[in-house]
Amino acid sequence: MNSYLLEFIVVGIGVIILLWEAFCTPKNKSLLALIGAGALTLVLVALLLCSNCTYLNDVPDWLSRFYSTGGDSLFFKSFALISTILVLLMSYDFRSILNKYTSNDNSDSNTGEFYTLPIFACAGLMWMASATDMVSIFVSLELVTITFYVMVAFMRRNVGSLEAGVKYLILGALSTGFLVYGIAWLYGATGTTSIVHMTSMQLESSYVLLFGLALIIISLGFKVGAVPMQLWIPDVYQGAPTPITAFLSIASKAAGFGVAIVILKPFLLSDATGSNVQLILAIMAAATLLYGNLSALSQNNFKRLLAYSSIAHAGFILMALSVSDFKTVKFYLATYLIMTFAGFFILNLIRVQDNSDEIDSFDGLGKRNPNLALALTITMAAMAGVPLTAGFWGKLFVFKSTVGVLDWPFIIIAFIAAAAGFYYYFKVIRSIYWHKPAKEEALTIPTISKYAIILFTAAIIIVGIYPKAIECLVGN
Amino acid sequence: MLTLALILIPLLAVAAIFFCAPALARKITLGAASANLLLAILAITTHCSGVSLNVLESPSIALSLNIFENKGISIVMLILSVVVTLAAVLSGNCPKDREKLWFSSILLISVGAIGAFISTDMFFFFAFHELALIPTFLMIGILGRGDRKEVAWKTTIYLAFGSIVLLAGLLLIVNQIGTFDMTKLEPLAKYQNEVALLLIIGFGTLVSLFPFHSWAAPAYASAPAPISMLHAGVLKKFGLYGLIVVGYKVAPDGMAHWLPLLLVLLLCNIIWVGLVTINQKRLDLMLGNSSVMHMGYIFLAIAALIDNGSTFATEAAVLLMFAHGISIAMSFCLADRIEAKTGSLEINQLGGLAKNTPNLAFLFGLVGMASIGLPGLANFAGEIMVFFSGFENWNAADGFGPLQITTMIAIWGVVISAVYMLRAFRNIFHGDTVRRTEKVTPLSRDEKIPALILGLILLIVGIYPQAILQFFN
Repeated sequence: MNSYLLEFIVVGIGVIILLWEAFCTPKNKSLLALIGAGALTLVLVALLLCSNCTYLNDVPDWLSRFYSTGGDSLFFKSFALISTILVLLMSYDFRSILNKYTSNDNSDSNTGEFYTLPIFACAGLMWMASATDMVSIFVSLELVTITFYVMVAFMRRNVGSLEAGVKYLILGALSTGFLVYGIAWLYGATGTTSIVHMTSMQLESSYVLLFGLALIIISLGFKVGAVPMQLWIPDVYQGAPTPITAFLSIASKAAGFGVAIVILKPFLLSDATGSNVQLILAIMAAATLLYGNLSALSQNNFKRLLAYSSIAHAGFILMALSVSDFKTVKFYLATYLIMTFAGFFILNLIRVQDNSDEIDSFDGLGKRNPNLALALTITMAAMAGVPLTAGFWGKLFVFKSTVGVLDWPFIIIAFIAAAAGFYYYFKVIRSIYWHKPAKEEALTIPTISKYAIILFTAAIIIVGIYPKAIECLVGN
Repeated sequence: MLTLALILIPLLAVAAIFFCAPALARKITLGAASANLLLAILAITTHCSGVSLNVLESPSIALSLNIFENKGISIVMLILSVVVTLAAVLSGNCPKDREKLWFSSILLISVGAIGAFISTDMFFFFAFHELALIPTFLMIGILGRGDRKEVAWKTTIYLAFGSIVLLAGLLLIVNQIGTFDMTKLEPLAKYQNEVALLLIIGFGTLVSLFPFHSWAAPAYASAPAPISMLHAGVLKKFGLYGLIVVGYKVAPDGMAHWLPLLLVLLLCNIIWVGLVTINQKRLDLMLGNSSVMHMGYIFLAIAALIDNGSTFATEAAVLLMFAHGISIAMSFCLADRIEAKTGSLEINQLGGLAKNTPNLAFLFGLVGMASIGLPGLANFAGEIMVFFSGFENWNAADGFGPLQITTMIAIWGVVISAVYMLRAFRNIFHGDTVRRTEKVTPLSRDEKIPALILGLILLIVGIYPQAILQFFN
């Protein structure tokens, strides 16, 4: 079996589960999430097995223009698969809220598609990781985005979710417009849509080319949540079902960066356009850092806080991207996955039990469930970038590779941003331990969430002390 | 391996506390602290070699620990850490049902301090110190006294600010030297002034250098006794240690550039904060402020090091760091006992305590005299060396430079210390007993032990400073 078939298999899994849900009407629809997660785990295993045999990675001629298994595709594909599996597992624990907002009688009759849509998005994300032509990039990106339109607005009896859906739809369509328009200009400037051809040709810094690139960068900014296309993030993250928020903030962002690496690499490394692209990205990064961190300072809602924090993290990653440090981009994303999933699993749990996303709902968590409080403390410390947690390394690498390359103002902004991070992440820790709990009853943790949280918390510490553990996964 | 064990034993003990019954927490902690003390002595006497464990290929970062780097400064700091840790475990009263938090925090702070002092890798040097800060915040915020939430929050913000400025400075160093290895530090080719300023502000905030000092006294007053002991006694010395082993090594010219600024700031620490200390009405705030004030002397020694580069100044600084660490820890330990027995630390509400608890009065008198700088106690040896270091390599023909003038003004700090310490001692222990002190019982054996350990060390080092100075080679 060749590895390029895996995307088809993933789509196949999605179709089969969807049809099974429609025609066999299983009694407990949330089980579909577990089945999907199991099937994707098999795909992940197959992907890793294939990656070791070169002949399995051959791509047939009819596909080779659009698709490649080289470069960073393995990393971003496994990233997509792992995050989809985790999102499906999280959805399973989220089912009670989902049922409440999709049907009158709290039954799961309207939730079947919810558990299959992430699988389609996953196929799109995997394709994005391998796409090497503007056309295939666009098509796979749309597969992901359109799936997300549905998932974000899935809780149709919840106004917040609907509002999020509409906002995402409008801004997503706008960014798609930017992307297509940018591709057209790029085609006009280079005469090709193939990234491979662009890499091999002698690029000239013309206004046509830079304009096209600027449009593409802006639309990628939408995917990763960077200024000036960041405005949708807080509202959409807050309104969307929590597992989908996690999916958006992790898998979708990572795929955006994966595509950004593929598209921008030839232009960043070329002498003609390198400095211009670097400047654009650095300015975006600085603006993103400032916006994300300063807006996060005043948030009272944990989900919005995570939204702004995801903008802030995107700023750091963009900074690494701007100096062509692709390894740091991947490393940061890998640690970001660990921390953010830990955060969302905990939020998911609180949301299901207390029906609230506010930071207040974490008040006195230290009394209600000390172990969960410890896990959240470690997660928040990691997000803030406390040393000996996974979150520190990404920031350290960003600083290390940018100091001396970018101008001083950018670096100073990054430091201010990192310092501001301490304030708002520690605010959560403060409410965990220093405030009196609003409710006294102990929290019960569902099995899946429990093991996921233990796993991620342990991973944060292990990677924090021994970053080699994921350095090898990130590759070069 | 011994070196690694110094870190591992407390960490394993934390894990054990997490999984065991709360009742066992104190025993486990006590065991770990005593084991660490013995291990440290063993490691020093057997000249055990360092360890190095590579955790990252590029950039190369290794968990490398070695107590014999840094010309013996690490050894002294290690001894200070393990001794104060043991005393801290024995001090204070853990509230019911909080044993796990209480004892694991003590151990984590101890690991952080030990790790920071014996790391020879810049990353772990920084990281271990940060590790110690988180339990400090949590303990102040959860179990502190008075306005604990505000105090903890203020401390968090100040120290996070200091750390991030420090990180910027360290990264600027690493970027130029190209390695995190602290044994390869050398004067930087450029950006010395920038690095020096970042380090002075970064390390300075952590050591409560004026004007970044206002977090310290409320934090120590609010924190539970073992935490004040560990932070004021041990952890705060990290900044001074860093200025000596990193700052002076990489930016001697940069530091010299900022010397006038440093001299003014340290004088503010001694005189300004000294006057503030005189004005305190509560014993814990007074002790907290006095600890800020005494940092000024150590900064003075560092300034002397910058000015004349003598090893004598380094030795003076480290000896005073040690003496101050022990004495301030003992002060907080005893202040906590006074509060436990009388229910108050307002100086004016107390009196005549010596009548019912002569042993407490004696021990507090001892540490009070030490902190004033009475000859025969460790602080005297440190302070006198600091003042002499200001005149090291000084030529009378050149007249008084800024350093000498600063030193002469700084000596007045001793008078200030005497004023507040003697007044507090008189008000609390002498005179007639008041309602609060009527039914007070003397210190029990368990209460005496931590103070005795620390007091004995003050005495030994005071009479025979060579006990500490011998480690400098």
